[in-house]
Amino acid sequence: MSEKRKVKAKVLSQKMIAPDIYDMWLSTELAGEAGAGQFIGVYTKDASRLLPRPISICQADKEKGAIRIVYRTAGAGTEEFSGWQPGDTADILGILGNGFPVDRAIGKRVVLMGGGIGIPPMVQLAAELGEAGTESVIIAGYRDSILFLKEDLEKFGKVLAATEDGSAGTKGNVLNVMEDKHVEADIIMACGPMPMLRAIKSYAAKKQITAYLSLEERMACGVGACLGCVCRTVHKDHHSHVNNARICTDGPVFDAGEVDI
Amino acid sequence: MNTKVTIAGVEFKNPVMTASGTFGSGMEYSSFVDLNRLGAVVTKGVANVPWPGNPVPRVAEVYGGMLNAIGLQNPGVDVLIERDIPFLKKFDTKIIVNVCGKSVEDYLEVVERLGEEPVDMLEINVSCPNVKEGAIAFGQKADCLYDITSRIKAKAKQPVIMKLSPNVTDITEMAKAAEAAGADAISLINTLTGMKIDIHKRAFVLANRTGGLSGPAIKPVAVRMVYQASHAVKIPVIGMGGIGSAQDAIEFLLAGASAVAVGAMNFVNPYATVEVAEGIEDYMKKYNIEDIHELIGGVRE
Repeated sequence: MSEKRKVKAKVLSQKMIAPDIYDMWLSTELAGEAGAGQFIGVYTKDASRLLPRPISICQADKEKGAIRIVYRTAGAGTEEFSGWQPGDTADILGILGNGFPVDRAIGKRVVLMGGGIGIPPMVQLAAELGEAGTESVIIAGYRDSILFLKEDLEKFGKVLAATEDGSAGTKGNVLNVMEDKHVEADIIMACGPMPMLRAIKSYAAKKQITAYLSLEERMACGVGACLGCVCRTVHKDHHSHVNNARICTDGPVFDAGEVDI
Repeated sequence: MNTKVTIAGVEFKNPVMTASGTFGSGMEYSSFVDLNRLGAVVTKGVANVPWPGNPVPRVAEVYGGMLNAIGLQNPGVDVLIERDIPFLKKFDTKIIVNVCGKSVEDYLEVVERLGEEPVDMLEINVSCPNVKEGAIAFGQKADCLYDITSRIKAKAKQPVIMKLSPNVTDITEMAKAAEAAGADAISLINTLTGMKIDIHKRAFVLANRTGGLSGPAIKPVAVRMVYQASHAVKIPVIGMGGIGSAQDAIEFLLAGASAVAVGAMNFVNPYATVEVAEGIEDYMKKYNIEDIHELIGGVRE
């Protein structure tokens, strides 16, 4: 039962945790298959809006059979999601994509980096690393002092914050924290805006360490059929034969050295 | 109850196909639907050599539809022959390979390479609006369409479907040109050229600026064109454009389509193809229709 499928989920809870950022738990049979860095496609109920919205998994509670998504309202579709109440049903597609390779971080000095709406997947990732006996340092980059999900992250590791406006933690970005707090890493796992991911890619190359980056792109099918969400790759991948990996299916997590971003 | 249709001597168990480019080569959707339930799988367009396609963003949602400008990214015909055709051969469904090219020679090379392969039909893409050379350039002028169709027909071992663009003044003129040049069937419609602008960034949403509009938004245009084309030619018409349910598919059959294809709606409902096939059977039972041919072109004039 690990095949991708479209299923009905039920909203368990919903709350706003920062301006435009919502935290929703969904009861779904897919929970048992969800891992860190993977995502689901969430459908709107408005037939004029066709495509599933790709949203990363913040937490998967296998015992409760529930998935937590923390998402930013960025348009009419996600605005609609933010209005869903406990008991409402939702169509979701999942589990999609390949997540972070937790195995490769075990026993290493692992630093997780989340920027903005790239922070949510770090909760599940830190939890999985913790279960595997590896404590991580988590660097979360925020716009301002509204440090959403910080308490959730603290359950699984040491959390260092960066804020763009300097109102909390280190002023600047996630890489400024590395310098400011003298953090050393053997391996970095990151999700966030493209400029942040590019900076991490070049930082990792300079330090000769491995970095795994979770990429984002406008998607249509979410299952690797339409070739809408591709990313330039260094090597020709087995599927496209033209250095264009599918973010939805070959990713969204890639070895930074393998992608041309 | 008979749901079988025959197009150019090829028998399909039912009239439900996949629209090229929306279903990969079947593999990606085989975990959602039983490909054995489909009349045919139509592959994503394949060229003589791998094509990288367009820069991203390649897709955008619009009201009731979506725009795409993939740019016919494909791994080339060799990979299709080594990987995709053997995969599809495992299923009891017909295989239609969609062929694209930048020049007539490109198309001919693919057609010849596929000559000895277990492919049931070829669908020639002369209607993609998202590549700068070839494709739609062959499909918007009747004389160009006639020329490429006749040259492909001279080389093709399998029956040939010409996939027509709706971005023309008179679809019947194009349908007649394809028929006169020897096409065994036509399929329509490909996407309508569209554009979306992000008003906050004052920028085009797609890197390619324009993209092909598909989805329920284009269905009435497609039904109209299928009706017109099927009345203009004697060769069979395969209808597509926004089909997501059996009701949609039946509209196309009544308009004159001998078969139908599900495209963008696979993204909305990955089970859509099989649901359409099952829904057509339900409709036939409800109205005591013994043979699907009673529906084809069956709209009351």
